[in-house]
Amino acid sequence: MSDLTRLSAADLASRIASREVSAVEVATAHLDRIDAVDERVHAFLHVDREGALAAAAAVDRGEITGPLAGVPIAVKDVVTTKGLPTTAASKILEGWTPPYDATIVERLKAAGMPILGKTNMDEFAMGSSTEYSAYGPTNNPWDLGRIPGGSGGGSAAALAAYEAPLAIGTDTGGSIRQPGAVTGTVGAKPTYGGTSRYGLIAFSSSLDTPGPCGRTVEDTALLHAVIAGHDPRDSTSIPQPVPDVVAAARRGATGDLTGVKLGLVKEFAGDGSEPGVLAAFRESLEALVKLGAEVVEVSCPHFQYALPAYYLIAPSECSSNLARFDGVRYGLRSGDDGSRSLEEVMSLTRDEGFGPEVKRRIILGTYALSSGYYDAYYGQAQKVRTLITRDFQAAFEQVDVLVSPTTPFVAFPFGSRTSDPYQMYLADLFTIPTNLYGGPAISVPCGLSEGLPVGFQIMAPTLADDRMYRVAAALESAVGTFTPPAL
Amino acid sequence: MTTIALPSYEDATSRYETVIGLETHVELGTQTKMFCGCKTDFGAEPNTQVCPVCLALPGALPAMNGAAIEATIRIGLALNCDIAEWCRMARKNYFYPDMPKNFQTSQYDEPLCVDGHVDVVVDGKEYRIGIERVHIEEDTGKTLHVGGATGRIHGATESLVDYNRAGIPLVEIVTKPVPGLGELAPEVAKAYVAELRDIIRSLGVSDVRMEQGSLRCDVNTSLNKPGEEWGTRTETKNVNSLRSVERAVRSEVIRQAGVLDGGGKITQETRHFHEDRGDTSPGRSKETATDYRYFPEPDLVPIAPDPAWVAQLKSELPEKPSTKRARLREEWGISELDMQSVANAGAVELIEETIAAGASPAGARKWWMGELARRANELGIELSAAGATPAQVAALQKLVDEGKLNDKLARTVLEGVVAGEGDPAEVMAARGLEVVNDTGALTAAVDEAIAANPDIADKIRDGKVAAAGALVGAVMKTTRGQADAKTVRELILARLGVS
Repeated sequence: MSDLTRLSAADLASRIASREVSAVEVATAHLDRIDAVDERVHAFLHVDREGALAAAAAVDRGEITGPLAGVPIAVKDVVTTKGLPTTAASKILEGWTPPYDATIVERLKAAGMPILGKTNMDEFAMGSSTEYSAYGPTNNPWDLGRIPGGSGGGSAAALAAYEAPLAIGTDTGGSIRQPGAVTGTVGAKPTYGGTSRYGLIAFSSSLDTPGPCGRTVEDTALLHAVIAGHDPRDSTSIPQPVPDVVAAARRGATGDLTGVKLGLVKEFAGDGSEPGVLAAFRESLEALVKLGAEVVEVSCPHFQYALPAYYLIAPSECSSNLARFDGVRYGLRSGDDGSRSLEEVMSLTRDEGFGPEVKRRIILGTYALSSGYYDAYYGQAQKVRTLITRDFQAAFEQVDVLVSPTTPFVAFPFGSRTSDPYQMYLADLFTIPTNLYGGPAISVPCGLSEGLPVGFQIMAPTLADDRMYRVAAALESAVGTFTPPAL
Repeated sequence: MTTIALPSYEDATSRYETVIGLETHVELGTQTKMFCGCKTDFGAEPNTQVCPVCLALPGALPAMNGAAIEATIRIGLALNCDIAEWCRMARKNYFYPDMPKNFQTSQYDEPLCVDGHVDVVVDGKEYRIGIERVHIEEDTGKTLHVGGATGRIHGATESLVDYNRAGIPLVEIVTKPVPGLGELAPEVAKAYVAELRDIIRSLGVSDVRMEQGSLRCDVNTSLNKPGEEWGTRTETKNVNSLRSVERAVRSEVIRQAGVLDGGGKITQETRHFHEDRGDTSPGRSKETATDYRYFPEPDLVPIAPDPAWVAQLKSELPEKPSTKRARLREEWGISELDMQSVANAGAVELIEETIAAGASPAGARKWWMGELARRANELGIELSAAGATPAQVAALQKLVDEGKLNDKLARTVLEGVVAGEGDPAEVMAARGLEVVNDTGALTAAVDEAIAANPDIADKIRDGKVAAAGALVGAVMKTTRGQADAKTVRELILARLGVS
């Protein structure tokens, strides 16, 4: 039965619907696969065999039907799951079990999707390699000595290791797309506000976007359709209807891109990327041209300021969002032995509970928001954000989508970028502008460089998520999917 | 510690000018909290009106309560403010255990309402108090320090937090600095808070009860010598009644004058008002105050009230309390000064409702401004909490009008009502306080009094009618006050053949 883990979500769903296989069989196959390989991959922080099987059984009893009913899923550990531990890969939340489901988790459950467990990540989604998880890194199934990307390395690795057919990720500066790129999987960041943040443990409120991860574009679109849509509990959730991303993916899969204009971001096309990444990207671009697409070079002059602006805005918001972790109401509490004041207990808890990258960003953000520095840092970064948004808007007057490599380099070996935070931050050089703008973007595998996957990024205007799925599916139809070596 | 010689208030205000400013917090009476669906009932069991949002569980997000925005706009309009067409909430970051998120969602440089005013009348003169801003924010929880010798923070062995109040919508109303009030600063401050309370109460958006904390006031005070720049101000907190507003300003003027007289400097600080002692003591110093690191709240979309809707809210505002007072003054036939004391006592609506329940204006006013006001003052509570309802006061006055109670008995009955013994008729019956109207019994008492005081009786027979008072007193004594004095007097005169 282990070959069930090799099937696409769409395939599994139709076999379950036709009763060719049961949802319990599908869930069991994936849980067994996790048992077999996760010791080496470490994609999961928590596996819920019992819960997943119970949810699958409900589908088998015919209680829930739908496009993905019975298809199991892995959920990034930064999203709350009622009764299932949720730690955001931080020691400060060790052992915390939420009393409520995130909106997107409610939607997964309503769609009959058994939750296999919670996936590893960089602590509080801050990082690009999962090396900042308090519970140890996830290993890339393509090469266990290399990083699986981050922050959502666990979700991406679970897909690449066939532990799950679908996964939930969250993308603040590239945390869905960059792991997708370096694991040869698909990851989509929806339009900001298109997917509810309610129940997503906040890193940077104005940037955080939950989204779907899959091994194929169609699977990813199917999951997108399940989780997206307005949620009154999230004030920033958008009320507009969700574009039909599944239809767009299927249309793109026909391989016809006649009349579609691809904008090649001049600033991202040259320096900074590894030669192998650039080569795979350019070949893919040619493949798209063969499908009828037209390539137009566009300039986005302010993209070069995206990284510094991001590293002021995101840490500023994080310094405030993470203030609630003080040991008073939940999670870790350190030093409360009666000898210390409340303030000391709070301070000790945060000192012991947060890891180095989280502390770095809290300090950075606290500084940037401080009286006397606010205008020069946070205020200035917001202005840059506006300029980047204008760059996007101007570009989308000329082209339908923008394209770039997803990340400048393939999966790197563990420890190679942790000593210099800036080298780590560069992993998100191409993904961050989209977050600042708020539009949707997707990473699709487009080739290999020295045996490691390369991702192709497609960025679309806000609310035009369907457009990127069409181009992504067309690219997939041209270059195929990529299978890692057997574990 | 050196003691500073304190001048008298009159002395202080003869040498220094006062600038005051008030920050008032009003808890809105919305059904649910500001950012979640939790109830807002006062006095519920601790931590029973909480959810992931107001406990700030990881992942929870705020969603704005539209009723709170509407109430804030209505307050702004009633205070003659301009309403922002677009504004944002802001995060005020500081760590405190009664604040679940360790930031308060408030407003910073983009308040919802700006630049208004309130006119108050003190001693027949009108003063305009400028309103700097009115903004919306959320309340915090309440921390209780238990154990230890003193029960105060430092001696406590445990700290308990009740989050029921966390997230209740709070409106902050900030005045512009008010100079030039002279020695009337305390009275004007009090009149302003009273006026504000009446305005907000008339809008029906809060019960504005100072004793329950749904209206809380911080008073800023500074002194300067005439012709010099304004002095350093202090902010007095824990001012929990109208009377305390007045006392807090007065005591701070005296204290600051004492410091300045002695060549000292005023420290910019928060001070704590002590209801029992009537003075203030220092709280945290502003010099070491937290940098709140305000920034626009990214979890909430901006507030952009439709100008047409705002115009509609404006057109639907209720009659202004000051206009209403002028109208009622006419109807009740009382002087402006009397009306002011009614307003300052918070008795306008109570008297109005008592009249609506059947009492005469004079009768209604007598009880609220007399017995009940005295009681409220003594206990330091709001008049509405003095223990009687307008319907009960109207019923009491009716018994007096019907001759069933005289003034003295009615006061005793009111005591019973206030003590929770029931409505006036019930108290009267239960305590056996009805006026003795049985002429037979009264006649016997009168005859007894005449017989016991033949000298006085003779004087009356001789035409010295004024002497009847002594006999009335004697009858009242034997009937333990339950007789109607007027009836007794008539009866005495009749028995003695002089009527």
